[in-house]
Parts: sequence; C-alpha cells; structure tokens
Amino acid sequence: MTSAPAEAPVLPDQATEFEVVTDRPWVTIVWNDPVNLMSYVTYVFMTYFRYPREKAETLMRAVHYDGRAVVSSGSREEMERDTNAMHSYGLWATVGRD
Amino acid sequence: MTQGFERTGDGRFTVTLDEVERGLITSLATQVLDLVTPPHSATSDDPLAAIVGSMDEPVAAPNDVALARLFPDAYRDDPESAQDFRRFTEHDLRLEKCARARRVQESVVTSDEGDTTFIFDEESALIWLGFLNDVRLILGTRLGISEDWQEGLESMSVSDPRIGLFHLYDWLTYIQETLIQSVTGD
Repeated sequence: MTSAPAEAPVLPDQATEFEVVTDRPWVTIVWNDPVNLMSYVTYVFMTYFRYPREKAETLMRAVHYDGRAVVSSGSREEMERDTNAMHSYGLWATVGRD
Repeated sequence: MTQGFERTGDGRFTVTLDEVERGLITSLATQVLDLVTPPHSATSDDPLAAIVGSMDEPVAAPNDVALARLFPDAYRDDPESAQDFRRFTEHDLRLEKCARARRVQESVVTSDEGDTTFIFDEESALIWLGFLNDVRLILGTRLGISEDWQEGLESMSVSDPRIGLFHLYDWLTYIQETLIQSVTGD
C-alpha cells in the first residue's frame, strides 16, 4: 500500500500559510445506506474511533441526513486502515482527500 | 418467537431461540459462507498459495450486488487505488465474515428441542453482531431495501413472493437491535 500522497504537495508561498498547511490531507468518509441501523452506526463510531457518544451520534446523523460524513482524517495509510475497519463492520466507507 | 438478546447481571448475553429460529440462523450462516468464501481458498489445498494468489492477482470488483455492498470500492474516483486496496484487504475481510458465520452456526447447535436459551460472553456476542449485520446487508441489498421499507411491508400483498424475505429481514433487524441495546447498555 502507498503511504505518500498521490499528488505532490503544494508549497505555500507565504510563511503565514504554514499555519494552515495540514499534514492530515486524507479522510475516511462513511456514506449513508438503508440497511445499517442508526444505533449500530453510533456503536461502531464509539467502539472503533473511541468517540464519545455525543460526537458519534452527531456523525451518525450527518451520515443519515447529509448522505455522508468525514469520520476521521490522517495519513493515507491510516485512512485505508480506518476504511478497512469500517468495511469489516459493514459500513460503506471510502478514502478521500480533505 | 424470540424476544431477542438480553444482557445478564454478570455482563453476559442471552437469547432464546426455538427450533425454527435456530434452523433459520444455521441456514443463513450457510448462505453467507457460500457467498463470501474466497474463490482461491475453495480451489487450493495449500493455504499459503491461496493467500499469495490473492495478493498477486488483480481482484476485480464483485458483480454480485450483495458482494459489492460487503466489499465496496475504497476509492470512488481512482480505480487503480481501489483495486490495490481490494487486493490487499478483500481476502482477509471475506475470511473474517466466514469465520463469524461459522462461529454463529456452531453456537446454535443443540440436541434440545423447542426453546433453547443460549448464553454468550461479550466476544461471542460481538461475533453475532457482526454476523447479523452481514446477513442484513446481503438480504437487504438483494431485496432492494430502502429507508422506508417498513411502510412498504405494511402495504405489501400477502401473495407477494418476497413477503417472507421481508419478514425475515424484519426479524433479523429486531434481533440485531436488541443485541446493540444489550451491548451498549441502552
């Protein structure tokens, strides 16, 4: 598996931009589906990501009502690990760019 | 008819299933195994060759709708990365789902007749939770379940050939919900 970003990072041309340059350019996205139960999705977010219930429920509602939610961010390798874990739980997840 | 899962005072989980329900669980587990068992491990006697084979050869996205839902593309707009991801993950994911189905199948074996109460530790209960989700994903995808499927079920004609499967899906949903509540303490 590749751990480096597919595209060369864009270097900031002003020193102040360093503050907003992130080293976490990849995200795990969970998509809504009609089968997974809301309680189950919340349980998965609390169990796997160790998110507190409130955050897990907020993310679950975002998935349900907005159709998708970014559930984690980090290196590409980490996001592939999270996406694989979501697939193991049966959630529909993809890796994306921030 | 089962009341679903309950948590015991000592942190274990119980479910009472009658003969018909045990038969359904056993049959569903067999169907999961038939669908999900990796193609390589079925044809090779050498487990190492089966694993290496799965790493070396490109793995196409499944054509079957249920398999496509269980093993979705991890990259939406990047087929090459999606295939790489699949090559490194799908085989193990299939084995994991098979192992769950086998564990659940073994856990309902009994010589008793009629209602039988099973007691599971948390590890076994979570195997059940994953299995029930896998089965619902397979069945739900095959039935084309939508968000408002329960309303559809109420208005469905009793002569509709799919009605039995919708009731099975409803039953599995109920059991899974009781298990989630038991596990999370809700």
